[in-house]
Amino acid sequence: MVSVVDSRREEILRWLEDVKDPEVPVLSIRELGVLRDVEVSGDEVVVVMTPTYSGCPAMHAMEAEVVQTLARRGVPNARVRTVYAPAWTTDWISDDAKAKLEAYGIAPPGRVEADDLVPLRRRSPVKCPYCQSVNTIVRSEFGSTACKAILFCNSCRQPFELFKPF
Amino acid sequence: MTAGKRKTGDGNGASADWVAGARPSTATSGISDNPFFEHLLRLGDDRLVLGHRLSEWCGHAPILEEDIALANIALDLIGQASLLLKLAGEVEGKGRSEDALAYFRDAIEFRNAQLVELPNGDFAMTIVRQFLFDAWDVLMLERLAAATNKTLAGIAAKALKEARYHLRHSAEWMRMLGDGTPESHRRAQRALDDLWPYTAELFITDDVDRQAAAAGSGVDVETLRDSWRESVTRVIVEATLAIPKDGFAPRGGRTGRHTEHLGRMLADMQSLARAHPGASW
Repeated sequence: MVSVVDSRREEILRWLEDVKDPEVPVLSIRELGVLRDVEVSGDEVVVVMTPTYSGCPAMHAMEAEVVQTLARRGVPNARVRTVYAPAWTTDWISDDAKAKLEAYGIAPPGRVEADDLVPLRRRSPVKCPYCQSVNTIVRSEFGSTACKAILFCNSCRQPFELFKPF
Repeated sequence: MTAGKRKTGDGNGASADWVAGARPSTATSGISDNPFFEHLLRLGDDRLVLGHRLSEWCGHAPILEEDIALANIALDLIGQASLLLKLAGEVEGKGRSEDALAYFRDAIEFRNAQLVELPNGDFAMTIVRQFLFDAWDVLMLERLAAATNKTLAGIAAKALKEARYHLRHSAEWMRMLGDGTPESHRRAQRALDDLWPYTAELFITDDVDRQAAAAGSGVDVETLRDSWRESVTRVIVEATLAIPKDGFAPRGGRTGRHTEHLGRMLADMQSLARAHPGASW
């Protein structure tokens, strides 16, 4: 039998599906892996989150959005607790979410490789999200946000972004 | 702490002790008797100062991709600094936030190594400094990820992934510059020769490091020297560059003795916060 607390927790998690990554608005913060848990104790609601990158400026926006979303649902005093361990990894992004990324025009992250000191351009090729060609090159290991790199497709002559395996 | 036992005096007497690496006794340097707090300031200030230096490249880098890269690395470092200084403020227990520590301390209260406060110079200078720092940073964070203080361990484990990404980038550039054109080789070697002396300070252990390490939440930095030397030598040789000779080795950043460059940098970095204290957006 599901306890009252558990069903309350499930309900809040469902509401938080509305909170998207402002930089990648097709992913919810749960799909991104930033939302770790919700703790319910009486009237108190604590949302446990972990940052993607230490300096990710979107974190503040996501935390504020969590609090506002719950306030709109009648949870006035929700708090956000930030945890750092275990460190966020793109391996937490599900296959479904990766498909959403690709449909949005961002190449999804591959598995995180053990030897992360190998440059991206010496790794297995990344598939172009527009034409599926693997004839692509890394233009820059850093991109428009901390979580992305810039690539170029030689087949369709289109630059695109890669969600970095991290 | 040994500061109280050592008679440093003032004026010329103090400078002799400074050369010997002693802690200065100046009241304004504000060295606390909490080694964990001091250790966290060192970790935070290295990142804050280097992050700010890198941010000065924004809009000025030689190519767009590098402009983005340097800004991204700056963002990681400033983010790490924010987490570490927040923890430092909590450990200190005097109600200072990360912003208070970043924007309302003067140069003599900063604990970063002198290496990271040096002006950016040309692109080679910036890349070589970054490489020398990144190689050290990865080793530091590997140790700190096992710290007994769980918050520090978590911050370090996260920062380690970022630092490895930075090292991959700066090491690649070392090879491209050193093994590139005669001009890029000349500039990279000049930068390496100029910056090498400043790396010595990264490996000087003092009581702060020893006590923080003994308590399980700090690094005895001297023990990193051999691994660092090995890892940078490999890349420097691949880059067809020559390892500079050891000799002149400036120090003092860890106890608040800085080059004249830090004050100017802070004047720029802190002016907005000091003109509008408490402002937010």
